[in-house]
Amino acid sequence: MSEMNRAAQAARMDSPSSTDVIAVDRLSLTYGGGASGVLALSDISFSIADGEFISIVGPSGCGKSTLLKILAGLLPPSEGQAKLNGTPIRGARRDIGVVFQTPVLFPWRTVLGNVLLPADVQGLDKEKMRKRAMDLVRLVGLEGFENRYPRELSGGMQQRVGIIRALIHDPAILLMDEPFGALDAMTRETMNVELQRIWMESGKTVLFITHSTSEAVYLADRVIVMTARPGKIGDVFKVDLPRPRPLDIMNTEAFGAYVKRIRVALNADGGLD
Amino acid sequence: MGGAKNFMLRLLLIAAVLAVWEVLVKITGVPEYILPAPSRIFYAMYNGIKSNVYPQHFFVTLTETLLGFLVGTILAFMLGTVVALSRRVEYFLYPFIVMFQAMPKVALAPLIIVWFGLGLTSKVINAALVAFFPLMVNTIVGLRSAEEDRINLMRSLAASRTQIFFMLQLPNALPYIFAGLEIAMIFALIGAIVAEFVGAERGLGMLIQSMNFNMDVAGQFSILLILSLLGLVLNGIVNLARRHLLFWETANTGEETANTSKKGGSV
Repeated sequence: MSEMNRAAQAARMDSPSSTDVIAVDRLSLTYGGGASGVLALSDISFSIADGEFISIVGPSGCGKSTLLKILAGLLPPSEGQAKLNGTPIRGARRDIGVVFQTPVLFPWRTVLGNVLLPADVQGLDKEKMRKRAMDLVRLVGLEGFENRYPRELSGGMQQRVGIIRALIHDPAILLMDEPFGALDAMTRETMNVELQRIWMESGKTVLFITHSTSEAVYLADRVIVMTARPGKIGDVFKVDLPRPRPLDIMNTEAFGAYVKRIRVALNADGGLD
Repeated sequence: MGGAKNFMLRLLLIAAVLAVWEVLVKITGVPEYILPAPSRIFYAMYNGIKSNVYPQHFFVTLTETLLGFLVGTILAFMLGTVVALSRRVEYFLYPFIVMFQAMPKVALAPLIIVWFGLGLTSKVINAALVAFFPLMVNTIVGLRSAEEDRINLMRSLAASRTQIFFMLQLPNALPYIFAGLEIAMIFALIGAIVAEFVGAERGLGMLIQSMNFNMDVAGQFSILLILSLLGLVLNGIVNLARRHLLFWETANTGEETANTSKKGGSV
């Protein structure tokens, strides 16, 4: 991300501006429809600036995955709308990259083949994409594994493939749905450091959904707290910690203070599950 | 399991069973037209090979089985795909599918002989009919088994239905399809033999029946042996193709999928 972007981002608050990649406006979702329907998301509004890293934390069932599905164009909202680079999100589009809770790799494709899936689906230039895929493979330290099959990789390596697959078609935003939830604690920390590095090197805008307060603080420029039943936006915390953040920043007082404030906000709304 | 030692033990066990069979038949004096001793069966087999009666019948049955397998599985794959992709088609075809699936297909053999005669056609149709259902059911189950997240991934990339089918659903269904093909191959052989029982001029099934009329029980056993060897080879060919095409599946998970999806219904 450029210095100018950072300055602009530091200056802005929550008001929408022309540099917003994502603008969510009074979004609601009712499952089932009619008067008997279940309100899953209620009156959600927020925006994400270009190059910004946003984390959303919330208890299970607060609708954060549902929100991500709407932003990915997989689910239409009942009311309100979400815009990506100024155009409303209606159905799937080609400028979004999604990383799921599990790697969701195709076992019949090699590492390189999996990374190239979006390029194949969207019919992008093969030679150019191959080169880009190899660059991404190197970016996450998987060189030498590009011709292996997913079952030959560890869980952490598989999720790295899942992440760079979401970057291959150069999407405007990366949507990540608890991507490290299935990994063990140590691999998870390594992946957090890695994701920060990938984000700083690629300059992508990221929306990162997680259960973990400390993971949210470690990665994000801003942390959005969601509350459950119905899913609503609670407090928003701006995280002013220098980048790149080393892992042991988690032991500092400033980091602890952020985590504590967010926990308090979560508990005030009924607490983490 | 496996290993040279276990393999030797296996051979030894087979030899022991044959020996006990031989001795029991000798001691009890069971007449040969009830249960022949293994030595008599091998002798009948030797005679049959020497007089060159097997090959013509063997190739007739093989042709019926392979043609029936081809016709049955191609139609089953096409119909299974249409049903899997269209809830509407499934809704209207469902009553027919359920009725035919519950019916023992071999019971149609006499009718098919009446309609299509004593020659090759009736055998191919009967074999195709019996081979059809296991593959159709497995094709439907396989094409619908793609994980929701994989479908969501393809949809999030704005993939078309055709792309989702060829890039995800079809490769994803291959383990089920191969499990279906394995059953279909054996079922086709059963279909051909049963149709020959009902009415035929040539074929191993017809040969079994004519030997039965002549009380040549040892000869019948020798053909049963040939049929089970044929079944093994046909099954082996499908297995070989499976291992070649399903390179991403380890032997273990492959067998699990096969076992869980071997629900092709009755013969």
